[in-house]
Amino acid sequence: MDKENLHYADAPVGTELERLTRRGASRRDVLRALAAAGMASLTGAGLLTASSGAFAQPQPQPQPKQGGKIRVATQSSSSADTLDPAKGALGTDYVRGNMFYNGLTEFDSHLGAKMGLAESLESKDATVWVVKLRTGVQFHDGKSLTPADVVFSLMRNKDPATASKAKTVADQFKEVKATGPNEVTITLEGANADLPVILADSHFLIIKDGTTDFKTAVGTGPYKVKDFSPGVRTVGVRNEKYWKPGLPHIDEIELIGISDESARVNALLSGDVQLINAVSPRSTERIKSTPGFEVLETKTGDLVVRDENGITGNDDFRRGMFYLQDREQIKRAVFRGFGTIANDQPIDPTNKYYLAGIPQRTFDPDKAKFYFQKSKVGSTPVQLFASPAAEGSVEMAMLLQQAAPAAGLNLQVTRVPADGYWSNHWMKHPLGFGNVNARPSADVLFTQFFKSDAPWNEANWKSPKFDQMLLAARGEPDDAKRKKIYGDMQVLVHETGGVGIPMFQSSLDAHTSKLQGLGSIPLAGLMGFAFAEHVWLVS
Amino acid sequence: MHAHAQRLIAARLGLALLTLLLVSAVVFGITGLLPGDAAQQALGQAATPEAVTALRHQFGLDQPALQRYVQWLFHVVTGNFGTSLSNNLPVSELIATRLPNSLVLAGLTTLVSVPVALLIGISSAMFRGSLLDRVLNVLTLSTVAVPEFLIATIAVLVFAVKLRWLPALSYLSEVSSFGGLLRIYAMPVKTLCCVIVAQMARMTRAAVLDQLNSSYVEMAILKGASPMRVVLRHVLPNTIGPIANAVALSLSYLFGGVVIVESIFNYPGLASLMVDAVTNRDMPLVQGCVMVFCAAYLALVLIADLAQIVSNPRLRQR
Repeated sequence: MDKENLHYADAPVGTELERLTRRGASRRDVLRALAAAGMASLTGAGLLTASSGAFAQPQPQPQPKQGGKIRVATQSSSSADTLDPAKGALGTDYVRGNMFYNGLTEFDSHLGAKMGLAESLESKDATVWVVKLRTGVQFHDGKSLTPADVVFSLMRNKDPATASKAKTVADQFKEVKATGPNEVTITLEGANADLPVILADSHFLIIKDGTTDFKTAVGTGPYKVKDFSPGVRTVGVRNEKYWKPGLPHIDEIELIGISDESARVNALLSGDVQLINAVSPRSTERIKSTPGFEVLETKTGDLVVRDENGITGNDDFRRGMFYLQDREQIKRAVFRGFGTIANDQPIDPTNKYYLAGIPQRTFDPDKAKFYFQKSKVGSTPVQLFASPAAEGSVEMAMLLQQAAPAAGLNLQVTRVPADGYWSNHWMKHPLGFGNVNARPSADVLFTQFFKSDAPWNEANWKSPKFDQMLLAARGEPDDAKRKKIYGDMQVLVHETGGVGIPMFQSSLDAHTSKLQGLGSIPLAGLMGFAFAEHVWLVS
Repeated sequence: MHAHAQRLIAARLGLALLTLLLVSAVVFGITGLLPGDAAQQALGQAATPEAVTALRHQFGLDQPALQRYVQWLFHVVTGNFGTSLSNNLPVSELIATRLPNSLVLAGLTTLVSVPVALLIGISSAMFRGSLLDRVLNVLTLSTVAVPEFLIATIAVLVFAVKLRWLPALSYLSEVSSFGGLLRIYAMPVKTLCCVIVAQMARMTRAAVLDQLNSSYVEMAILKGASPMRVVLRHVLPNTIGPIANAVALSLSYLFGGVVIVESIFNYPGLASLMVDAVTNRDMPLVQGCVMVFCAAYLALVLIADLAQIVSNPRLRQR
C-alpha cells in the first residue's frame, strides 16, 4: 500500500479552502465555499472556526517565534495521571504523551496518518507491514532509536499486566519483530488498511525498550520532563535535539489540571494560563467578549449516543425514540449551537468516509406515537438513565421526558451520579446514555461499538452482514471501494441500528491571542492533544 | 497538674489508636461497598473481563477483603503505608508532598481567622443587643450561609479577572517573597475564613455572654473594673475551654473539608488527593489520607482539652 493513499483528500475543495483561509476569509465565506463544492465529496475535517475570523492551519506568513513559557490547564488531572502511554486515559495523559514521546505515525488535519518516527510504512496485502525507521533519532538520554524500542512499545499493549487501554486494538498484532537495523515488520491477525492511523494513537507512542518505571518519561518527543507530580503539574522543557528541525518553539510548557470549568476560564482570563480545553458552550460568549482571547472550535466526532437493549430491543420502540429526539433543540439548548446534528449513525461529517445524503431523521412526535403504539409499549413506565458523566445526557433526558407525553409514552428519567457511571450504569440498563470520544478511524469506531461481538456494542445489535462488510473494508486497500463499503454500513446502522445518535459534539478550547499556531486535528481539542510542538508565543 | 495531664495524654493516645483502628476498618468496609474497584477504574472503558482479572491479580484485589485488610494493617504497623494503585508511587510519598501544603493553608487561615473570630465574638458579647452586635451577627451569619464556591468564584472574578491584583490560581512554585506569599494565599485564606469565622465567633459570643451573667463578673463591675478589664482579665480565662473546643472543631474542617477551595484555586492539598483516591478506588491512598485526617482531628481535640485543663485552676490542681 502506498503511503500517498493515506492522504486522501479532495483536491479542488482543499485548494479552494486553503486559498480562502489564507486571505483571511470569514467563516461564512468558508462555509459558502464548502456548500458550493458540495458536502458529499468534502473532507471538512480541517475546518475550524475561531471567534475572530477564520483561523487557518499553521501558515507560513506569521513567523513562529522561539522561546517563552506557557501554562496550559486541562479539565482532568488526578493522582492517576500517568506518563505511561499505554495507560493514558484522559486528555491530560494524551497531551503529556505527545509532549514527551513520538509515534511511528501522526495524525494530520484530516485524521489521516503522516509519518512520524517511521520513515515509511508499506504493505502489499494490508496484513504484513514493513516499517522503516527514521535514522538519527535520539531519546532524551542520548540513546538512539532502534527496532527493539518499537517492538517493545507495541507488544506491551497486548500484555494484560500492562493494563493498556488499547489492548483490544493491540490484540490484532500477531507479531512485531525487528527485521533489519532500521526495520520492523508488523504482522497482523487479519488485513487492516487502517494500521498507519492506528499507530498514530497515543497508546502506541514509542518508549525505550524495557521501560517499566514511569516516574519520568524518556522519549523522543519535543519536550523533556522537568517535573512530574501526578495530580499537581507536569513541566516539560524544550528538547534541543528534537529530530524535527526548528521545533518546538516554546521553551517550557507547564501542564496543570483545573477540574472546575469556571475556575479554568477565570484562570485564562486573569492571565494565569494561556490555553485551556473543555470550555463549556455557556462560557464562550464571556471569553469572546474579552479582548485578547479566542475560542477555538474543533469539530470532532464525539458521539452522544443512547443505547437500547433488553425490553426496549423492539424495533418499533427504537424507531419511536429516534423520532422523539428534538435534535435542533438539543443542539441549540444543550450545546449552544456547538456541534453537528447526527443521524443515528456514528460517522461524522468530518470523516473522510462520511456518506452524505441519508435522509435526516427529525423531531416528529406523531411518527413517534405511531411507532410506540405499534410496539404496544402502552402506558408501562419506561426508565431512562442519565448522568452528568455522559455529557449533556441529563438535559437531553429532560427534553425527551417533556416530549414523551405528546407521543403517548410514559418516560421516567433517573439521574445517577457521575462517579462510577461507566462501570455500573452504562450498558446495564435497557435505556440509557453513553458518550463516546472520537476514534481515529471508522474501522476502530465500528469495531469497538457496532461489530456483533464488540465489547461496547451498546444496543447489543447483531448483524452478520455488517460484520462481513467491516472485515471487507478493513482489508480493502483501494480507498474508493472502502468508502463505498463504509457508506453502505452507515446506511445499515442508520436504518436498523439500535443506538440513537442525536449529536456530534465539538471540542472547545480557549487561548490568549498571543498563543499562535494552533490548528485542528479533529480527534479532539488541543489539536488532537498534540498542540505542544506546534504553538508559539508572540509578545 | 503534670500527673493529670500526663494521664490524660496517655489515655487519649490509647483511645486515639483505637479510634484510628476502628476508622480504618469502617473506611475499608465502606470503600469496599463502593461500586467498581481500582482495576475497573484504571481500565475505564477498556475494561474487558480478562483485562480486569489480570489487573486485579496484579493489584492483589483477587484476595479476600479480610486478608487484604489484615495485610494492610500489618504493613502500617511496620510503618509501610503501601503503594498507590493508580500511579504506583508510595502512599507516604504522595501524602508527604501534599501534607505541607495543607498545613500551610490551615496554619495561615488559623492565624487570620482565630483573632478575627475572637474579636468579633468578644465585642458583640460586650455590646450585646446593640447595633454593633446585630450588624456583626448578620455579617457572620450571611458569610457562613453563602456557599464557599460562590465566595471563591466571585473573589476570583473581582480580584483576578477584573482588577488583576491577585493570581486566579494558588501556585506554590512561584513563592519567592513574603509579598508573593500574601498574593497567592490571599484569596483561598479569605474564602476559608468566611466559612469558619462565623462558627467560632458565635461560640465565643455565647461563652463570653454566659460568663458575663455570672456573679463574679457582677462583683468585678461593682468593684469598679472597666468593661475592658472585666472581659479581658476576668471573663476570658474562664472561657478558654469552650472557645478552644469551638476553634478545634472549626480548624479540623481545614484539613479534609477544603476540597472546593483546593479545586477552585488549583491548590495541591490533601483533600483533593483524597477525592482522587476515592474516585480511582485507590484503597491504600484513601486509607492513608483518612488516617492523616483522623489523627489531625484527634490531635486538635486533645490540644483543646489540654487548653481547658491548663486554663482551669480547679482541673489544674486535681
